[in-house]
Amino acid sequence: MSIESTHSHEDHTHAADHDDHHDHKPSSLLDRWLFTTNHKDIGTLYLVFSLLMFFIGGSMAMVIRAELFMPGLQLVEPDFFNQMTTMHALIMVFGAVMPAWVGFANWMIPMMIGAPDMALPRMNNWSFWILPFAFAMLLSTLFMDSGGPAAGWTLYPPLSLQSGQNFAFVVFAVHMMGISSIMGSINVIATILNMRAPGMTLLKMPLFVWTWLITAFLLIAVMPVLAGAVTMLLTDHFFGTSFFNAAGGGDPVMFQHIFWFFGHPEVYIMILPAFGVVSEIIPTFARKPLFGYSAMVYATASIAFLSFIVWAHHMFTVGMPLTGELFFMYATMLIAVPTGVKVFNWVSTMWRGSMTFETPMLFAIGFVVLFTIGGLSGLMLAIAAVDLQYHDTYFVVAHFHYVLVPGAVFALMAGAYYWLPKWTGRMYSEKWGKIHFWLSAISVNILFFPQHYLGLAGMPRRIPDYSTQFADFNMISSVGGFIFGASQLIFVGVIVHCVYKSRQTATGRVWEGAKGLEWILSSPPPYHSFNTPPVIDSTTMAHADESH
Amino acid sequence: MAHIADDTYYVPHGTKWPIIGSLGMITMLSSAAFWVNGSEIAPWSFLLGALILIYMMFGWFGEVIRESEAGMYNDQVDTSFRMGMMWFIFSEVMFFACFFGALFYARMFSVAWLGGEGTGALTNELLWQGYEAVWPTAGPEGLGGDFKTVPAFGVPFINTLILLFSGLTVTLAHHALKKNERGRLVFWLFATVVLGFFFVFLQVEEYIEAYQHLGLTLGSGIYGSTFFMLTGFHGMHVTLGAIMLLVIAIRSMRGHFKPDHHFGFEAVAWYWHFVDVVWLGLFIFVYVY
Ligand code: HEM
Ligand SMILES: [Cu+2]
Repeated sequence: MSIESTHSHEDHTHAADHDDHHDHKPSSLLDRWLFTTNHKDIGTLYLVFSLLMFFIGGSMAMVIRAELFMPGLQLVEPDFFNQMTTMHALIMVFGAVMPAWVGFANWMIPMMIGAPDMALPRMNNWSFWILPFAFAMLLSTLFMDSGGPAAGWTLYPPLSLQSGQNFAFVVFAVHMMGISSIMGSINVIATILNMRAPGMTLLKMPLFVWTWLITAFLLIAVMPVLAGAVTMLLTDHFFGTSFFNAAGGGDPVMFQHIFWFFGHPEVYIMILPAFGVVSEIIPTFARKPLFGYSAMVYATASIAFLSFIVWAHHMFTVGMPLTGELFFMYATMLIAVPTGVKVFNWVSTMWRGSMTFETPMLFAIGFVVLFTIGGLSGLMLAIAAVDLQYHDTYFVVAHFHYVLVPGAVFALMAGAYYWLPKWTGRMYSEKWGKIHFWLSAISVNILFFPQHYLGLAGMPRRIPDYSTQFADFNMISSVGGFIFGASQLIFVGVIVHCVYKSRQTATGRVWEGAKGLEWILSSPPPYHSFNTPPVIDSTTMAHADESH
Repeated sequence: MAHIADDTYYVPHGTKWPIIGSLGMITMLSSAAFWVNGSEIAPWSFLLGALILIYMMFGWFGEVIRESEAGMYNDQVDTSFRMGMMWFIFSEVMFFACFFGALFYARMFSVAWLGGEGTGALTNELLWQGYEAVWPTAGPEGLGGDFKTVPAFGVPFINTLILLFSGLTVTLAHHALKKNERGRLVFWLFATVVLGFFFVFLQVEEYIEAYQHLGLTLGSGIYGSTFFMLTGFHGMHVTLGAIMLLVIAIRSMRGHFKPDHHFGFEAVAWYWHFVDVVWLGLFIFVYVY
């Protein structure tokens, strides 16, 4: 399908690109980072940016947990507390997890499919460079008279329509994030469909590539819907429309439908690439091919399809018609089937493998165990009848944090440790990596497990104060939160050490069991990944079913 | 083409346009936010941002066009561009789907429920007793006052014919290009541009009529909201599409595009057909039905 990309000097007679070929990185900082069209540099920008956002969003979480440490109002005003929960979520979702995955996509996809770079390199630069401006605008609202947005990341009207000055800034920031995501996704799809080395058929692609292909499709399908939803909020607020105003014939619940039509696929946008990363790591350290490769691909596709028809499970309590409740309940439960297939396949991959437990593997196994807990509490929430009790309680908070923190974030950590030696050409400190893992894995459970009980006992979410019966579990949870937060500093330490100090160089293969094209390149890989397309040899691929 | 790089995927080295685009975008959007909050200088900085964006587009597209005309793009690069455009149009489809969804939801559910159907009985009884669900409506409180709707078989029907006809003219232009009949190419392209702008002109007239004589405004409850949101965004897309066609027409006059290599032309033609199809949806669900 694709045409080989051979690079040679004679090819470039155009005046604009005479010098910097092959392995010369641009020398000036501006050229290297601001004007770059290189997938690796852009990947690095995304990853650094998302780490920064992870800490900004994380500090807000620390404020929240500090306030909830004890009953009563201790540290912050209720309105500021609400700003913290809202901003924390917006920043973690749109600023930390999503850009981190785009960073991985940038770094890894061209290497994994044997391409010289991303398909649309200039647009790649723009996708990234919109983000710092978008988040600067979003964060700036905290310094306005009105303070930041405080109606929750879901921006439900009528509450969100009562926001002051900050509102329009938030809406436009969301627009910018959407534009960035859509461009990034278009790039990913074009790269995967058009830039694969000859012989890299679709069903030979690594699972990380597959999951990102499907994620990109989800992003292009739902980000415009979010853009439309916030645009309607904007016009309701400033231009007198009545989309969400019953007096004018609209309906606030309509916003929820539109928002969750975006929102549920959005949660899969954050988790599908995680599935991909874990599916890369487990075979490497179990020294066995991935069990059920094609089942994994089909499961991912089914999850993506189902994610479009389950959105109203977030709205069981709004007074939907009974048929609606039932439909969304059963459809939601159906998602557990392909998800179960995945968990089963990861476990089977490890079954009788000769396993070792380096940091990436630890995080990947942590992911499998803890993500599954989140999936199971999701199933509980999916039962419409009992969700009337659980909805908007800490049980929901526990659920989505299990899927997002030891789910998506652990997979990000796993991927970072896994590919860090490839990216930098040096080994990170295994000792500190392991300390980071164990502290995180233990504290994340201290942090989130008690929240299940709080929710079942009736503690509502998004409140700065609570009844004294909830005191014990909240204190435990906060302690877990502080340990978890502090442990993440170790991660920064490990990265900085690896990049600047580590003296232990990495081989091209890095991990003895690693398979896939990225490992046949040197560590660090050349500035332009595959100038000539590699020869695809089935035995170098990570999965067993190459017989297609 | 001067096949310089037939077997090489062209990867540009460095570009300043995206960061200029980001600066334009943030200037424009933050100004828009200040503007709706009542700032008096914001309209000017908004304009500045828009100008920066326009400058960026000229620069960026200009560079791409020069590279393309210099034959630096092989078929694989061409395919990337095609995929890019197709998925971009898909994202636009979803954007409109959102507003159509709002229209259908309002008509099928929210208005009916306010009228007491289904689960809405109590709302109707307690809040808006006697409100009868009809379409069009400005809601139980008749926000924005009485209004009349734009008759479908007046200007909107003419506009439908115009857009359908413009779909034909752009296809004729495409055929001419493939046969390398440059004169006819330019002629049909300009015909399409004229039709496009004529559509916009009639749409503006329709809006003036709606505001001044029909009492139909953006504030006319859910009907006015969906009507202006859908037709307004569509009108913006037609305007943009017509400008894109104009650029393509001018490029054609300058001898750009080859019978077998004219992605820019096709991208704009796809976009134009997309705008056309959206209009058919609008005509049926907003005006007629
Ligand atoms: C087996 C799979 C899953 C099921 C059955 C499920 C089910 C649910 C249900 C029913 C709710 C609504 C609870 C309520 O508000 O009353 C919910 C909330 C949520 N879920 Fe899941 N879920 C699953 C997987 C995931 C995954 C993979 C993620 C993200 C990575 C996720 C993230 C969230 C988030 C963020 C919320 C809360 C949204 C909010 O109200 O702010 N879920 N889930
Ligand atoms: Cu959901």
